[in-house]
Amino acid sequence: MSFARKDLVGIADLEEHEILTLLDTAERFRELNERPIKKVPTLRGRSVIHLFLEPSTRTRTSFDIAAKRMSADTFSVGGVTSSAVKGETLLDTARNLHAMRPDVIVVRHKMAGTAALLAKALPCSVINAGDGFHEHPTQALLDALTLRQRLGGFEGRTVTIVGDIAHSRVARSNVILLTRLGARVRVCGPRTLIPPGIEALGAVACDRLRDAIEDADVVMMLRIQQERIDQGGHYFPNTREYSRLYGLNLDTMRRARPDVLVMHPGPVNRGVEISPEVADGPWSVILDQVTNGVAVRMSAMYHVMGADRAEAAVQRGADR
Amino acid sequence: MRKRLFSGARIVDPARGLDAVADLLVGEDGRVLDVGPGLRRATGSAAGGEVEVVPCSGLVLAPGFVDLHVHLREPGQEYKETIETGGRAAAAGGFTTVCCMANTQPVNDNASITRFILERAAEAGLCRVLPIGAVSAGMRGERLADIGEMRAAGAVGFSDDGLPVMDAHLMRRALEYTRTFGAPVIAHEEDRCLGCHWAMHEGEVSTALGLPGIPGAAEDVMVARDIVLAEDTGGWLHVAHVSTARSVELIRRAKERGVRVTTEATPHHFTLTHDAVRGYDTSTKMAPPLRPPGDVAAVVRGLADGTIDCIATDHAPHSRVEKEVEFELAANGVIGLETALGLTLGLVRAGHLGLSQAVALLSTRPAACFGIEGGRLAPGDRADLVLFDPDAELLVDPAQGHSRSRNTPFGGWTLPGRVRRTVLLGRDTFSGVPDAGV
Repeated sequence: MSFARKDLVGIADLEEHEILTLLDTAERFRELNERPIKKVPTLRGRSVIHLFLEPSTRTRTSFDIAAKRMSADTFSVGGVTSSAVKGETLLDTARNLHAMRPDVIVVRHKMAGTAALLAKALPCSVINAGDGFHEHPTQALLDALTLRQRLGGFEGRTVTIVGDIAHSRVARSNVILLTRLGARVRVCGPRTLIPPGIEALGAVACDRLRDAIEDADVVMMLRIQQERIDQGGHYFPNTREYSRLYGLNLDTMRRARPDVLVMHPGPVNRGVEISPEVADGPWSVILDQVTNGVAVRMSAMYHVMGADRAEAAVQRGADR
Repeated sequence: MRKRLFSGARIVDPARGLDAVADLLVGEDGRVLDVGPGLRRATGSAAGGEVEVVPCSGLVLAPGFVDLHVHLREPGQEYKETIETGGRAAAAGGFTTVCCMANTQPVNDNASITRFILERAAEAGLCRVLPIGAVSAGMRGERLADIGEMRAAGAVGFSDDGLPVMDAHLMRRALEYTRTFGAPVIAHEEDRCLGCHWAMHEGEVSTALGLPGIPGAAEDVMVARDIVLAEDTGGWLHVAHVSTARSVELIRRAKERGVRVTTEATPHHFTLTHDAVRGYDTSTKMAPPLRPPGDVAAVVRGLADGTIDCIATDHAPHSRVEKEVEFELAANGVIGLETALGLTLGLVRAGHLGLSQAVALLSTRPAACFGIEGGRLAPGDRADLVLFDPDAELLVDPAQGHSRSRNTPFGGWTLPGRVRRTVLLGRDTFSGVPDAGV
């Protein structure tokens, strides 16, 4: 059980034992997050830069809380405050930030491969908080943590992911992670939003929602973005038709197992991909996902900074 | 210039079916005087010190390579490449003739730019540079460029390469109009309606990497359209950098019907698959994109069976400014002049081509395809020659290349074969010391 990587760029890079290490550590941090006093000195003196070049509320806050609960100093760069708007290249921005000697840069960017680009170029740790349609590894880890808490394990379980698979980094990271841990993964949505070769990542594609959710232990709904239609992608006629064919509501839920778990990475479009009754219903673990997000991000920062190895060294010293 | 005797080489001249150890004598005018065994004795006794003898034992002597598709970036983007630096890279790669695309700044869409390129090439003197003019003014796809005047100034073909001619009516007219001038319309086949913001081939690798893809169909529907237009107009369509199995098949069938269509394939498209993009190395980004293994195999078959007329590099230099960025923002294109021989000999090593066939695809056939003088070594022909060692190896070090740019996906590869000498009209344009750097 170990995690010896400098960076967390994607689930695709990880071995099963590395995923389990991240989840086990997150489990410990999850307990910490339930205490009245939530702060530990683990990362005191360490600096974390949040480089968010794409809008984000949940993920950015989650990373920030995670870092602060471990006593790291955090700094935020992004949006209109960044020099990206002044024509500086991403690599220059990143090299300048690194020159200020952070220990970790958490990066979100609208283009795939950017976390890998920074991880390769910079000596400090890089955590991917979402790169284009590529990966969102901490989201998949927090989803897995949530499922492990509810289901005990992944072997023999079926997880159905519904929605815009083609433009979803959450879907990709989850397909890879869940299949790696032994689950069966179905993806469902209009054929226009199922990317070619998704089977190569381990998923089975389903056309119809009712077939996809039948016998599933988990149904994960993805956000449908109106912008996709507005930008002329010709993916589906309108959100009303989408909702009728692929929306999860009390009616479609009758096809599902009574104990099915409903997930959503957020932000939720109520009434489009999921009805309020389902989102707030007994099946929903959506807010558990958010709570676990903090623990998973604490775990990710802890491991990429080598704090586990540092602690082990201290422990060995004390034992002597 | 003294006469030069290239002595004891394995002379490969596919135009005449020659593949034998012999001598080649170049006259004072830079043209081939004689080819045959035992010329050394004959000239040695007759001419004494009047003849420079170039010992060529163990080397292949072939017609200098002809590249129908390069980007030399001059005028306008001299920080990427100039006619001189591109010419140096061409010479180092064994090329004696290159045809340069029109997407310079300003665009080569009128005779004064065409003449400028020819003058700069003559000053550099490193290889014969034959300009390709734009199909449309400013490559804007709106109206025809000055095709007749550029042809008169020396343009050998017409292309908006880098961009497709999306307007079918303009393409039809271009194919009709160019008939008068006996020059091809060279088509960059990419239906932008099927993918306008793409970064790679659409398939399982683009799905895994989360990069926006463009399907092979975007090439195929344009090849199909333009074959139909060429068939109806009698115009000459040259499909640039063919990269898909279905496009190769469409061209094969069109040729069988007698449509005037020719095509070329690049070393990167017959060597690399889209798997090379994993890792987001921007030197694997080009248009058309790297394709799946089935397409690569079809391109190799097309080269072997003659459906694809020739190999062309699509040498496309870009500076670090354009390449050291997010993959989706990176410019399309790779350099290729100095790795073309090695990658082509890779097909020979893999058993797909014979050596003579490889030489033909790099010199004889491209010259014949565009009706360019060269690609042959008969008495009276231009002494445009390449001497290469087929048994030596080349470790590709982008920093040692002669191009001004470094954007090659083959850095660190060991390729078979090394160019030892390149000769343009009898004079050396490149002379590599055995086993030194590129």
